[in-house]
Amino acid sequence: MEILVILVPLALALGLAGLTAFLWSLKSGQYEDLDGAAWRAIADDDAEPAAARRLENKDGARS
Amino acid sequence: MQVTRDFSHYIRAAGAGLQHIDLAVEGVHCAGCMAKIERGLSAIPDVTLARVNLTDHRVALEWKAGTLDPGRFIDRLEELGYKAYPFETESAEVLEIAESRLLLRCLGVAAFAAMNVMMLSIPVWSGNVSDMLPEQRDFFHWLSALIALPAAAYAGQPFFRSAWRALSAKTTNMDVPISIGVILALGLSVVETIHHAEHAYFDAAIMLLTFLLVGRFLDQNMRRRTRAVAGNLAALKAETAAKFVGPDEISQVPVAAIHPGDIVLLRPGERCAVDGAVIEGRSEIDQSLITGETRYVTAEQGTPVYAGSMNISGSLRVRVSAASEATLLAEITRLLDNALQARSRYMRLADRASRLYAPVVHATALITILGWVIAGASWHDAIVTGVAVLIITCPCALGLAIPTVQTVASGAMFKSGVLLNSGDAIERLAEVDHVIFDKTGTLTLPDLEVTNAADVPAAIFGLAGRLALSSHHPVAAAVAEAAGARSPILGAVEEAGQGVRAVVDGVEIRLGRPSFCGAETLADGTNLHAEASLVAFSKGTEKFILSVRQGLRPDAQAVIAALKARNLGIEILSGDREPAVTAAAHALGISEWRAGVTPADKIARIEELKQRGFKVLMVGDGLNDAPSLAAAHVSMSPISAAHLSQATADLVFLGRPLAPVLAAIDVSRRALHLMQQNLWLAIGYNLLAVPVAIGGVVTPLIAAAAMSGSSILVMLNSVRARSALREIS
Repeated sequence: MEILVILVPLALALGLAGLTAFLWSLKSGQYEDLDGAAWRAIADDDAEPAAARRLENKDGARS
Repeated sequence: MQVTRDFSHYIRAAGAGLQHIDLAVEGVHCAGCMAKIERGLSAIPDVTLARVNLTDHRVALEWKAGTLDPGRFIDRLEELGYKAYPFETESAEVLEIAESRLLLRCLGVAAFAAMNVMMLSIPVWSGNVSDMLPEQRDFFHWLSALIALPAAAYAGQPFFRSAWRALSAKTTNMDVPISIGVILALGLSVVETIHHAEHAYFDAAIMLLTFLLVGRFLDQNMRRRTRAVAGNLAALKAETAAKFVGPDEISQVPVAAIHPGDIVLLRPGERCAVDGAVIEGRSEIDQSLITGETRYVTAEQGTPVYAGSMNISGSLRVRVSAASEATLLAEITRLLDNALQARSRYMRLADRASRLYAPVVHATALITILGWVIAGASWHDAIVTGVAVLIITCPCALGLAIPTVQTVASGAMFKSGVLLNSGDAIERLAEVDHVIFDKTGTLTLPDLEVTNAADVPAAIFGLAGRLALSSHHPVAAAVAEAAGARSPILGAVEEAGQGVRAVVDGVEIRLGRPSFCGAETLADGTNLHAEASLVAFSKGTEKFILSVRQGLRPDAQAVIAALKARNLGIEILSGDREPAVTAAAHALGISEWRAGVTPADKIARIEELKQRGFKVLMVGDGLNDAPSLAAAHVSMSPISAAHLSQATADLVFLGRPLAPVLAAIDVSRRALHLMQQNLWLAIGYNLLAVPVAIGGVVTPLIAAAAMSGSSILVMLNSVRARSALREIS
């Protein structure tokens, strides 16, 4: 039963990590264009040079 | 005179020496368009961001400040085959985006907490029937409290705030029972945990919030999407005006950047975007969008012109008057305010359900507590049972019943070319039993059509069309389009207010006023529609008369017949002259119509019908229709409508046919049926579950399972409806 002391915080930490990832993706605008995102996943990589370049050096500041 | 395009109104500074502009783009539908646009725009030097939003049909662009003129992006998009317009996000849309983000954040937090609390609850439930030590159970309960309390405090915000607002205004809404249920359940759980009890209700409370947030988010998302598309359409209409920036220099600027006292140029064939008075020039103007009158009005110095009117023949200089002081707009705004206030009393289905629901549930819980105390149970046990009743009757199925159907129905309407402006429009539209149409621009198309092309030899008509290409006059444009003309005749001369002439193979041809072509006698002899404009064409001594008027929407007859078949009363209320209205009513087989009515008359008629118990659908497009659109039970407007009317209407439909009106009514009727079905499902579940809860035999496991089961049932029922609704549209 002592193992709970490790397992429960571990489970909570994993859950929190998931939540943090979700909040981060929300903040960086990844839910703003779900239709487009579905297509971008299968598009050729060089299809959007400027957009890709921009996303690399700028994260959450897009309004 | 030189025309420049001024986009400074739309440009925002994006920091780090960058500038940002949003463009609404027409015709972006697939991944191919997306890649093509992004590649094409990124190729321009100094562009740092070009990103297409496929959901909203917009492009966000950023570039190094001062290096580029945004007009270049629009030109580039035109080369790629897309029409684009600068776009300004309306403040209402900004608010909706912020709210939608908050809901999604709350949903994330609630879902995280629900999953983790459930993970802790299952060992407790199984441990209670086997060998769990009380200390271990308490440890798990405290951990649950640690997760659930802050999560509920955060994720419950939308409900708590709305409930507080309702209580402050001394009313109730759906959020009041939700908030009471959640707070009571959490409070009781903490008390139980302190007393080392077997059961706590943290899991039930947090799951309730999760399901409700799903419903709330769906509801919000539907409205946000519609507003984004409607906002684009407003931008695509590109309401700009040519403003004088110097004595002889004009600049094309957005209407939002024009102030009272400015002077704008109104060229022939242009639609006026502002209210004002003519200070120079002489022309005819078409005020059909505003008054419904199809005959042209003469404009000269001092004549007031209103936004939405079309300039026909000559250039006009117009001094802009303050929009609020403009008599027509002020009158309409006043009527509009009154009408909107009257309508805000409408109760949404969900609110009506919750108004009944809340007192019943709270009374049941109270009676349960008192009943158990009277029957000899301790206060503690009685309160636990009472809270179990509150949890099991949680209105989450009720909260999902309506938004899920709304989302599916709005998707179906979107497919048939109808945009929803308000969420409860579906419910109101389904109740309609009387339809009032405006004539001009609603039953008829907003643009002109040649009605007697068959009477003129094809070769002659083709020649007239080619000649018409040399004129800016809208009537000439209609002739050119009807003839399918592509190549203009070289050397054509336009005589302002008269017509166009040219010499072909040594013979002079003329197109214009009958007097200009020497065809007065022919024009007087024709017996064509009273509302038509007559235009003459002469080739040497041969003379012909063409009749140009606003044609009926292509499927108007079929749609009116179908509406009649659904037992709906139909009538026409138009500001136009009687002969024009009679002709349209006759062609459509509508027996009830009124001509020459003012905005106030229209409202009076709608009120009269309301008094007699009718639920009126008003379909109209003019500025003069805006108040009656607001006064009617529910309203629709074509996309070509005046800006104000479009903003007032509950639904906006696209394209030339009238069929979307019919489809919207059918979809909404079916959707209302589904909403009611869902509500009955939710109520049926409660009728089964409540006696069990009152009996005091509900464990948290049963409560959680029953609650989730009812929510999932309601969601599945809505999804099942998807195919049925798609079929209608």
